[in-house]
Formats: sequence, structure tokens, C-alpha cells
Amino acid sequence: MSLVGARVLRKEDPNLITGNGQYVDDLQPAGCTSMVFVRSTEAHAKIRSIDTAEALALPGVLAVWTSANIAQLANCPGGLPGLDQPLLAKDIVRFVGEGVAVVVATDRYIAADAAELIIVDYEPLPAVASLSAAMAPGAVVLHEVLGGNTVHFQDFENPLNEAFAAAPRTASLHIVNNRCAPSPIEPNVCLADWGRSGLTLWAAFQAPHHLRNTIAQYFGIPQDSTRVVAPDVGGGFGAKINFVPEFFLTALLSKEIGKPVKYTQTRSECLVAMLHGRAQEHDASVAFDNDGRILALKLTVTQDQGAYPNGTGMGLPVLTTAMAAGCYRIPAVAISWRNVVTNTTPVAAYRGAGRPEASFTIERLIDLIADETGVDPVEVRRRNFIPVDAFPYATHSPLAMYDSGNFAGALDELLKHVNYDELKKEQEKRRQDPAAKLLGIGFASWLEIAGFGPPGSLEAFGHLASWESAQVRIQPDGSAIIFTGASPHGQGTVTTYAQIAADELGIDFDRISVKHGDTAVVPQGIGTMGSRAVAVGGEGVKTASGRVYENAKRIAAHLLEASAEDIIIEDEKFFVKGTPARSVPWSEVAWKSFQPLELPGGMEPGALDSTVFQQVPNFSFPSGAYCCVVEIDRETGGVNIVNMYLVDDCGTVINPLLVEGQVHGGVAQGIAQALYEHMLYDPSGVPRTSTFMDYLVPAASDLPGYITGRINTPNPSNTLGAKGVGESGSVGAPPAVVNAVVDALSHLGVKHIDMPVTPIKVWNILEGAK
Amino acid sequence: MTIRTSITVNGKDTSREVEARTLLVHYLREELGLTGTHVGCDTSNCGACTVLLDGEAVKSCTVFAAQIHDCNITTIEGAAQADGSFSPVQEGFRQEHGLQCGYCTPGMIMASTALLTENPNPTEEEIRHALEGNLCRCTGYEMIVNAVRWAAENPNFTSGGAK
Repeated sequence: MSLVGARVLRKEDPNLITGNGQYVDDLQPAGCTSMVFVRSTEAHAKIRSIDTAEALALPGVLAVWTSANIAQLANCPGGLPGLDQPLLAKDIVRFVGEGVAVVVATDRYIAADAAELIIVDYEPLPAVASLSAAMAPGAVVLHEVLGGNTVHFQDFENPLNEAFAAAPRTASLHIVNNRCAPSPIEPNVCLADWGRSGLTLWAAFQAPHHLRNTIAQYFGIPQDSTRVVAPDVGGGFGAKINFVPEFFLTALLSKEIGKPVKYTQTRSECLVAMLHGRAQEHDASVAFDNDGRILALKLTVTQDQGAYPNGTGMGLPVLTTAMAAGCYRIPAVAISWRNVVTNTTPVAAYRGAGRPEASFTIERLIDLIADETGVDPVEVRRRNFIPVDAFPYATHSPLAMYDSGNFAGALDELLKHVNYDELKKEQEKRRQDPAAKLLGIGFASWLEIAGFGPPGSLEAFGHLASWESAQVRIQPDGSAIIFTGASPHGQGTVTTYAQIAADELGIDFDRISVKHGDTAVVPQGIGTMGSRAVAVGGEGVKTASGRVYENAKRIAAHLLEASAEDIIIEDEKFFVKGTPARSVPWSEVAWKSFQPLELPGGMEPGALDSTVFQQVPNFSFPSGAYCCVVEIDRETGGVNIVNMYLVDDCGTVINPLLVEGQVHGGVAQGIAQALYEHMLYDPSGVPRTSTFMDYLVPAASDLPGYITGRINTPNPSNTLGAKGVGESGSVGAPPAVVNAVVDALSHLGVKHIDMPVTPIKVWNILEGAK
Repeated sequence: MTIRTSITVNGKDTSREVEARTLLVHYLREELGLTGTHVGCDTSNCGACTVLLDGEAVKSCTVFAAQIHDCNITTIEGAAQADGSFSPVQEGFRQEHGLQCGYCTPGMIMASTALLTENPNPTEEEIRHALEGNLCRCTGYEMIVNAVRWAAENPNFTSGGAK
């Protein structure tokens, strides 16, 4: 029986449900010390002086460092030359949360006490805490080398003026895609031990080799004696791919004081120091005919990069604009983008990274077209979908060559679950009854670009390459260990890879282990991000397993004195086809594979050990159709999600249980962006949502149940047919929710509401309409 | 200032000289090496540090070790049954995929255990309400709700000692 596609319980769980997981903060090597930051309380200021005397005098304090202690060191890797963040602020701070000093002490309480004793004398400067403030004439400039606050501007190649002028109808929206804090429940944690034999850094990170290579380059030390370990990692969501000063400072301080140094971020620090996501503003215009057919689309994305732009952040508007047209055939698309710095936390990847922003805007525009033309939103979608026979479909962007999908099919499947006509009648009835809650129905036919990726795709974000490594090593007893360069942090990769390998190798699932996260153990790898772990890494496991299986068959054929083409496997036994009496067990084949005297001619020991650096020719294109039904309380403006219908097309499903989990989790974060979460700054750049008291990560009582369905158009870029599903929900849910709210209020003339759709925004609309 | 505190943790007596300000979660993690209890915030919102104090769910980041002298604490390390079988709640989380990264899971399991002690057959709404002090960023909660329902429906679960 094939395990691919089966609902298999996770190998990861027995440790995690008993408290035997091992997260970085759980490690406590002998002599371990604790590092604590002093972080800027000013959004923009000159540092006049830092007084560390009292802190240094506190018993138990081992070191207090400011930028003066590391003056000779380069800035934190990952930034843009000249605009990069120092490990500790030099002379000037540019956002609340920027590191100003660090203390190392024998325990975390003493380190925290010492940090309190450090006095930083700031000379405040005017701050720009929003895109409009940063771009206003005469605005204070963050980085003098830039001369202004715009880092990069990519203009339209052709602004499509004729197409818009000639179109029967046009419509425009200005959309703010709200800044979110990724907020994995485990914040950033790292532990460095730099001794005579080299540097080991345990880090809550999604791409350990990426960090290992960079940290070795940064310090000019060999990679062979630099080791990064990402053990159990408590969620990442894109925020744990970034190089942050913490990693480099713990390493340096460990070398300096000769002891392991651990840094455990507090939540309040995490909300201002872990890089944020989204933070875009869109100016979108669409030209269409009276039947709702789209003729042209124009999108300008303005990306808030925060105080220090980085490679990933700069890539966000590229991905957004590449996916601007969503799943629609649009004859003319014009894109433009701009990157701007502000006195806020830097911005990088957060689940979906650039693609939720694209899907939100195109799906809002579709509903706007429906509203303008009177054509039903479902029908507008149908009239504009790229048909199934159009793949491969070249878009306006060279990045996005859509290779599969069935957008109309997903919507059809969705509508089997949604009683749309009844809901519309109910909506009308409730509008007539002032005592009833308003009802809204919102759709999103979403599409994203994932499965990073083809050669060059991750290199553009500073990674070594875009393949993923997989090594399959058969043990002498016929069990298998798989090493993967993908570094999971909740996805269940250990389980899915064992499923894939079990099918390919004919070895029992329970006799397959998967190892990851340790650069001293695993072949050079890339990491888990961009929904790539199955579409690229899993394909690598399949390829390597297949190669091992072919050699195992040759050994079995030799032992059975038969031809390899005639060998089949069942219950971990190799048989000669048609002669069930003659067989050799996997364990014997494995054992003898190490013994030269037992091998067929030309084969050497080690034949059942295969390492693959799996490449894929294209990105993948997960898609789906979601529907959200909301109720709105006319008295409070509160929005309640009544139902959330989700049809996903992630291609081949390896494990339906885990796919369901990924969809739910992504949708939860999407709903959170739509209704609850917003990293807010006051005009002076002080964050107003820097604890979990203010930043509303939703609880179980804030979220609905989910009704899921599925269609499957296999991914043609890998033999598994899998597209990836990690980001899907975060791409599809926000437009479905906001479309539902706007639909509920459309009789009041509402065309758009920016996220998060809070009760006060809705209440103001309802009051204004009275 | 240090204070001697004696706490029974997972059935074992422990006693330490601690600073008055030592949080229970740090006592568990750093004094006793019981690292299954996690810290996820500093405002007692996330519930990753939830343990049972004399049978009731508490957030161990808001309890001082010195404050609970002579009390009984159960952590995730003490959640399994006497014969080593997973508890029904632990097994429910496994069966229903109620966890992904696992970081919030110990707190979720302890909070769910406390709920089922008080209310052995909770509705979905009661489960969602009871767990509103525990944040999970991975699952979207539905499978956590299912996990608790699984435990409610299988109160006598045992794996016969298999771990």
C-alpha cells in the first residue's frame, strides 16, 4: 500500500507531547551565560553617550558591550551595502528596538538587572513612521547616503494610458496591506559556544546552512569548523530566515569570555526586533468592459522596508507585482514598485511574503468590478479565469510562468459546499430587518508562486542555491536514515519524507529516520521557506531513494542469481517475479551491500548511499477558492466569521492530515491579518502594539472552524506532483474575509475597508450611514 | 534575598534556596531541568508555560517559586499515566494533529487536562473558551479542539504502557 496520500500520524509527536522536545532555550551547557539587550526606546536619535559603569560593577556581570567594543566589525549581513544595520547602533538609532548595548552575565536575572543600569543619553531627531511621512517633501532622511528615503523605484515600462482611456469602465483602489509581526510562539533564541575547536551556534532558524556559511564568512573562519544547529524550532513563518545581530553578538561574546552565551528574546523584544511582514501600500487601477471582463491592470506597490532594507524585503514587491494578475487572463498588465525606508522595524518575509499582498489586491479589484458592473462576483471570476487549456501560461512577469491549475474547477468545488443562492436571499432579508445581524459572503480565487525554486530564484535572496539536498543512507540492518537540507519547524517533514522514502525503498515507515538541522551532520542544504520542503526537498528524497532502490535491486538480483529487471519487492523482501519461493530480505541486501565479496561485478560498497541536490525547472503554483461568510453586529461593528469554506489545489497530497494542518494554520494567520493584527506606530515612531496585550494574535475563541475541500492538478515540475501548501491559507484568507465584510456593507455604498477590519472601523461606517 | 521553597513536582519533593523573585517557570526549567514547560511571552497572554498547581491550570510565568511552598505542581513531564502510557489528552493531540511546531503544546495539554477534570465532556464552544489563554500560531485551533474532544471521548485510553 502506498504511504504517499495516507493519513499517517507524525513521528515528531511523541517527543513534543511529553516535554521531550529540544528547543534552543532548553539547552544549558556547563558554564552557560546569558545575554540581554539594551534596545533603543527612540525611533530616531543621536546617541550622545552610553554609561555602562554601574552595569559593569554588578556582581555576576561578565561583559557589557556597545558599538565601541566592535568598532572594527562589519555591519550585520543581509542588508544593502551602506544601508545595513550595525550589530549595535553606532552614534545613531533608527527604530525602536534597535540594539544599543548588550550585557552578558552568569544568569538571565542578573543580565536583565545590569541592562536596567545602563544609561543611554539620546538626542531625539524627527522620525518618519509611515510611508507618507517618509516620502513627504522635506522629510528627515534616515540614511544620508541615499539623499532621501526612497531606496529604489521601478517605474512602469508602459503605463497603459491608451488602454485605460479607451476602456468602457475603470476603477481604482488605494489599499494598505497592514504591517504584521510574524510572532512564532518561540521568539528568537540562540546559543553560541566558540572554543578551540571552532564555533557552534544553536539557533531557532529555518535555514541552518545559510546561517553557517554566512557566519563563517563574516568572521573569516573556515566553514568546516563552524557548525549551526537548528534543533526543534518553535515556528518560523519566514521570520527565522533573517540574519540578525543576535547571532553574531552571542558568537563574539562567547569567544571573548570563553563560555557559552545564550540569548533568549522576550516577547516584547520579539515584537519590535524580529523582522515584520507585509507593510505595503498599493495603488491599483483596473480597466474593464460592461460585462466585467478585465482589459488592463495597473499596480504600483510601495514597500515599507523599515529602517534597514534587506535582500528579502527588497524582493517582496517583486513577488507581489509578479503575481499581480492572480488567476486571471488580463490582456495588459503594468507594474511598478518603490522601496522606502522609515523609522520602524525592518521588514522581510512573513508567511506568503509578497503573495498575500498580490492576491488581496486583485481579489478586491474583482469584487469592485462586480460592484461597478452589477455582475455577480462569482461570475466576474469565471469570465476572467485563465482556462485549463491555456497552461503553460506566460504572464506579464518573466518570474511567473503558470504551469498548472484549474481555477474554475476549484470554484465549482467550493460552490458545492456553499449554499450561495440561499445565503444571498438571507442577506437581503436581514438588510430589511434592523434587529438582524448583517450577512456578507466573500470569495477569493487565489493563486500563488511557491516551491522556491528554479536555479537563480533563491540566489536572488542571498542564498547559495535553489536546490535542496537529500541523502539516503541504508544501514546494515536494512533500516534507512534520511538527511535533508530542509530544516523544518513544525511542518511535519520528518513524517512526510519517511512516507515518500517508504514508498520508493520498500522499507517500513517505522524503520526510516529523518535527520535535519545540523550542518555537521546534514549535507549542504538550503532550508524551509517559500513552500518548498515537499516540492523541492521531498522530490530530492524521492530521487535519492529511487537510486538506492535500483542498486538494492541489483544486489538482490545478484544474490538470487536473477536479472535486476525481474526483481520486485513486497514486505521488505526482494522476489524474482513469478517465483515467490525465492526471496532475499532487505536486511540481507543491506548487510551485504557493505561486503565487497557479496556485490555484483562493478559495484562498490556504499552503493546504498545516495546524495542528491535536487533541482526543479520551475516554481510551483498552488491555488484555490475560498469563501467566507460573516455576520456583522449592527450595534458594535463586530465581525463574526460564520463559515470558512476552503478548497485547495496543492497538487499531490503526501499526508492529508498534515496538509489540512497547514491550510488551517495559514488561514488562521490570514484571518488574523484581516480582522485582528496590526503592528501600529504613533507618528513619532513609538510602537503601540509591542506586547501580546496589544498585538492581537487570535486565540481559539477568536477563530472559526474550517470546511475544507480539494482538487488536484499535479505539479508538472516534479515527479511527486506536489506544489506546496505552507503559505496557501495566508494568501487566500484575507481577501475572502474582507470581501465578505465589504459585501455585508455594500448596500451602504462601501467599496473597500483596509485591514484589519476592526469593530471601530465597521461601527463608524454603520454610524455614518444612519 | 533568598528563600527556601519546597515544592512537590510531578510527585517528587523538591527543595531549593531561591531568590524571592524566581519565577516558577524558571525554577522548573533551570533548577529542575524540566524544560518541557516553555516561555512564549512576558504578559501572561500566551499560556506556553501552563502547569497544574494543585490540579488547577496556572501560568508558571506569573507564579513565584517561593509563593507556592508545600504545593503540588504537575508539568508536561508528569502528564503521562502511571504505566507510562500517554494521557488521553496527549494521545488526542497526536491522533488529531493538534500540534505542529510543538512549542505551545505542553501548555495546551496542561490547560486541556485541567478543563477535562472540571468538565469531562465539553462542547466545542466550551473548549475554545477554556483555551483562550493559550496561543498557538501553527494550527488555527480546530485540530486542538478535536484533540480535546478525542480525549473527552476516550477517557480510559491506555497504550498498555507503551510510550
